Amino acid sequence: MSNIETAASHHHEPTFDTRPIWRTFWILLGITMVELVLATIHLKTGFPPKLVVNGIYLILTCAKAFYIIAEFMHLRHEIKNMIMTIAVPALLFVWFIIAFLWDGDSYKNLRNRYDQHHAEQSKVKAPTEEHEPAAKKPGSPE
Amino acid sequence: MAQAVPAGQKWWSGGKSPFNVEYGKLMMWYFLMSDAFTFGAFLISYGSIRFASNGWPDPNEVFRAFPGMGETHLPLVFVSLMTFILIFSSVTMVLAVAAGHNNDQKGVTKWMIPTIIGGLAFLSCQAWEWTHLHGEGAWWGLNPFHNADGSAASTNFTNFFFTITGFHGFHVFSGVVINVIMLIKNLRGDFAKRGHYLMIEKAGLYWHFVDLVWVFVFTCFYLL
Repeated sequence: MSNIETAASHHHEPTFDTRPIWRTFWILLGITMVELVLATIHLKTGFPPKLVVNGIYLILTCAKAFYIIAEFMHLRHEIKNMIMTIAVPALLFVWFIIAFLWDGDSYKNLRNRYDQHHAEQSKVKAPTEEHEPAAKKPGSPE
Repeated sequence: MAQAVPAGQKWWSGGKSPFNVEYGKLMMWYFLMSDAFTFGAFLISYGSIRFASNGWPDPNEVFRAFPGMGETHLPLVFVSLMTFILIFSSVTMVLAVAAGHNNDQKGVTKWMIPTIIGGLAFLSCQAWEWTHLHGEGAWWGLNPFHNADGSAASTNFTNFFFTITGFHGFHVFSGVVINVIMLIKNLRGDFAKRGHYLMIEKAGLYWHFVDLVWVFVFTCFYLL
């Protein structure tokens, strides 16, 4: 070991509280259950529009990510400087996600406008042969 | 830990670790950062291709099977089981880390074993799912599923699905291997001799990261 000491290697607390761990577990389980119930309701009734449901999924996913990082990975209990070196670069994702999804959407719109053939082709219904696992062998051409 | 630091203490005046974290643990954090960007790149490219497509298969039609149930329509059930397994093995991992904090060698062993079992169970589920989809004719470059609106789909869907879940599954596999090594080292008493269980904490960080990525894979492929 190096002679630079860290508080992490010297436990000032003799006991490690396990209650927040179980609380986090129930929170994660609960959020997942909510997602499933929401998905089932949407599937059966189509009630909350797909866009609304997707928005809720994304918020709940971020909440789950927060609990895993903050509690399970213990980042919430580290010192602020260290949290910042993790959290600030991660903010790049906000830009990445917006930029790339926007770009994909723009590509789709431009292609549909200028490539009529593509736009029409993607509306053609595929032949509805009920896919039989035996008939379609992996490795056969599309 | 943050609470134990006296107010006004100068972190950068030398003689102590400014982040108050052991070197290896800090580097594990930075490795996980880089890994997060790798997974992020995969998922964002999946997203931008999906946004660039006129149609996309409906996940509730594709992922509707459950082992031993024959031809069923049970969307989300099997993948929920996989999610529960992974979250639960994350919990047992934290409990192993907590036991390590208290220098409790037996406790670490007790909680590492269910963590490893959870990881293996998850991998088995994934193996079943891949086999099932492959049996339906899905693979890299092969997509038997039509778009939700009934039009013919490209192979983008299956390519991304197998690449991203495969890359995640590979992480789970390496996590299980790391955990097995940690369990053996713990049983040999290596950490007890060393006087601390920081290696368990580093393995734990990696394991939680695997769980974290799954949360996003679950949302992106099965829910959205």
